[in-house]
Amino acid sequence: MIDNLGYRQSIINESLYNNHIMTHTDKELVVSALENGTVLDHIPSENIFKVLEILNLMDEKNRITIGINLNSKLFGKKGIIKIADRFFQDEELNKLALVAPKATVNIIRDFRVVEKRKLVMPHEIEGIAKCMNPKCITNHQPVKTRFTTMENDNEISLLCHYCEKITDIKGLY
Amino acid sequence: MKKSLISIRDFTKDEILHVLEVAREFEQNRVQKILEGKVIACIFFEPSTRTRLSFETAVNRLGAKVIGFSDATNTSVSKGETLKDTIKMVSNYVDMIIMRHPLEGSSRYASEVASVPVVNAGDGANQHPSQTLLDLYSIKQTQGRLEDLTINMVGDLKYGRTTHSLLQAMSFFNPRFIFTAPEELKMPVEYKKFLDEKHIGYSETNSLEEHLDDCDILYMTRVQQERFTDPMEYEKVKDVYRLEASMLGNVKQNMKILHPLPRVNEIDQDVDETPYAYYFKQAENGLYVRMAIIAYLLGYR
Repeated sequence: MIDNLGYRQSIINESLYNNHIMTHTDKELVVSALENGTVLDHIPSENIFKVLEILNLMDEKNRITIGINLNSKLFGKKGIIKIADRFFQDEELNKLALVAPKATVNIIRDFRVVEKRKLVMPHEIEGIAKCMNPKCITNHQPVKTRFTTMENDNEISLLCHYCEKITDIKGLY
Repeated sequence: MKKSLISIRDFTKDEILHVLEVAREFEQNRVQKILEGKVIACIFFEPSTRTRLSFETAVNRLGAKVIGFSDATNTSVSKGETLKDTIKMVSNYVDMIIMRHPLEGSSRYASEVASVPVVNAGDGANQHPSQTLLDLYSIKQTQGRLEDLTINMVGDLKYGRTTHSLLQAMSFFNPRFIFTAPEELKMPVEYKKFLDEKHIGYSETNSLEEHLDDCDILYMTRVQQERFTDPMEYEKVKDVYRLEASMLGNVKQNMKILHPLPRVNEIDQDVDETPYAYYFKQAENGLYVRMAIIAYLLGYR
């Protein structure tokens, strides 16, 4: 079976619901296609769990399929998340730009990709990254982090709203 | 709406000039009981003499009363109370909070939790805006203007928050900077980038002698042991510069030496007697500037 994005994966590491993993004739495990929902593609594999956290999917009741270290022509390895029957606001999805700047969002309706979206880096982000300054108040007291994103020569860095220090986005990966 | 002063960047150029003007008025008449009946909290979670005493004097001279502490060990903070709870509680009692805290960003956070204006009297190595304003006041008083001056900053330009804030504030007035620092304590890249964006010129050197004779303000700083996480790094640089009276033979006549104090070895005592020394008067100016900040934020000036 080939899923609705046309990816044919030889190994799918995990699925939350086994009945949706089907045994192919040549014994490959393939994930079932989504009927309706959202597919987040081109996520750096190591940040898959950060993405789940940022989108608050840890307590999600809908079916979620996760792929890690899948082959990608563009990126070598990638991660993918499929969430059944869930659609997101742009503001929610754009929060992912920090950990998955190249991610593609595919909206699936009736087994077809009806819309593809790219992420836009938000101007301000709250409660996601940690400030790299060990003396920042946010690392000592229960204070939600807040940053302004700054772009310089295609490099993103974060200016802490509290200690006014710059956190290098590379530290987040 | 309540207005706080957390970072020098919270003030516009006009507000800076206004506060300096009000400070001048207070210097001419230093007892003006315009805040009779007000209570202001000075809460210092970290030791300080100059800043705390001058803030408390400023409050008293304005006719308000001071409550607070100068050492957090005798308070509920030592029982594990969060900063949020301390600030919530204190802001129910008073009309303004003046606060110093070792953690960076603590004052910004406090201003978001408090129902009254907050004045940042130093948050770790981050900001100390009343120091910046008194530095500006001292520059203006000694040079007669703020525009088109050459400022030579000397010493710890990496951890020294006073130099960072002064740089940001002076950027309104078309300055030229000289950064005199050893390799380990150079001005951080983000501040140089800030100047580049504003097309403000600067040069860097590690020699104290090199630019003594072509600056209007010599802004000396102490290498602060408490800012170093690595004691070895501190030992290497602690006595790197020492200004002596004999080095001042060819300086500009209008040149003045500023220092946020306390000094240790970086300015020899024999400099105190020269006409260029201004650091004690600078510390006195702190009183008028702090009176001006309090009066302005509470809407009385």
